Amino acid sequence: MEFKDNEAIYLQIAAFVSDQILMGKWPGGQKIPSVRDMAVELEVNPNTVMRSYEFLQGLEIIYNKRGLGLFVAEDGFDKVKAYRKENFVRQNLPELFKNMYLLGISIDEISLQYQHFQAQQNNELNQASNDENKQ
Amino acid sequence: MIQISNLNFSYNSRKPLFKNLNLSLKAGHIYGLLGKNGAGKSTLLKNIAGLAFPQSGKCLINGTESSKRLVSTLQNLYFIAEEVYVPALTPGQFLARTASFYPAFSITDFYSYLKILDIDPDLLMTRMSYGQQKKMIIAFGLATNTSVLILDEPTNGLDIPSKVQFRKLIASVLNDERCIIISTHQVRDLDSLIDTVLILDDHRIVIENSIDELTEKLFFGVFKDLTGMNALYEEETLMGKYAIVQNTTGKYGKMDLELLFNAATTNSSKLLNALKPSTNHE
Repeated sequence: MEFKDNEAIYLQIAAFVSDQILMGKWPGGQKIPSVRDMAVELEVNPNTVMRSYEFLQGLEIIYNKRGLGLFVAEDGFDKVKAYRKENFVRQNLPELFKNMYLLGISIDEISLQYQHFQAQQNNELNQASNDENKQ
Repeated sequence: MIQISNLNFSYNSRKPLFKNLNLSLKAGHIYGLLGKNGAGKSTLLKNIAGLAFPQSGKCLINGTESSKRLVSTLQNLYFIAEEVYVPALTPGQFLARTASFYPAFSITDFYSYLKILDIDPDLLMTRMSYGQQKKMIIAFGLATNTSVLILDEPTNGLDIPSKVQFRKLIASVLNDERCIIISTHQVRDLDSLIDTVLILDDHRIVIENSIDELTEKLFFGVFKDLTGMNALYEEETLMGKYAIVQNTTGKYGKMDLELLFNAATTNSSKLLNALKPSTNHE
């Protein structure tokens, strides 16, 4: 994993775990890699991974089963989504609005583009599931 | 775990190497020791390991002076020197003769580390290349499972895949009982592995801070204009001024160990003041 320079590594690791949950790779109740395994995989200090996991535990996205390890919370998916959404509204949206304002882009224009994007995504999804059915 | 207080040491009485040096190291951490050539990194490590003796002051491991070289201290400490010495033995023979000095030695770990580092356990070590010898000693040192592990320039001589394996191994052997100290010039090899930076300069430890603390207090970045900013250190680059400023916004910028090192070893008073533990007026 290549780390970006503008975000603390522990947050990037937390985001990586969250991505796995959002993509459905790690569903609710799934055990996640131990601190040690994750540190070895990413070649980082185990204390950094510990901090990522503590952060995710604080958000109740993962939880600790004593002696067994760390698991994705049953509602982990919804928690990640809610957290990401809050972040989006707080950080990305103001940036987007600023650009829209500066460039004089109307909300209708964006809305049109977004509908187009949605259609494209749905198409791709259908395509993928059709391909799966054929196999 | 390791407590150094008022350490004075010199090889030559006119040129003291350490003057009242203080340092405290805890288990559960990987310390990165940086310093210019000749600053005394290896000598400091040797003082910790009981291979050089303080002229005054103390160097304690778990409360015992390491210069006493007690068996109980030495069997719980492994020092991997920069230049490794290997006898005309195979790793297997070396294991049979040496491992029993270390009560927590794991033979299984040793062979697994050799395999990971791609070392033939049946080849005479004197027939191995420098890099292979070094990897063999690293495998042995990690397998001793001692609570103090000291590595002096461990990545020197390692090829690219071995450096990756080395980082994975170090990440895998740290636990709450172990204190790992790595001295290095190759900061890029280790910067996401160490959690605390130690910089040795001007006869003492000038920086002794966790990376979290450093990125909280400092911001590293390129600036077109530094006026009005409290720049602690700056270097001229084509893109603008590459600088360390006080982090007042809580933003994160990846710490550049090289820049920090340059700042700490030249004109460092501004930087060191900014890193001082918070005082009342804050």
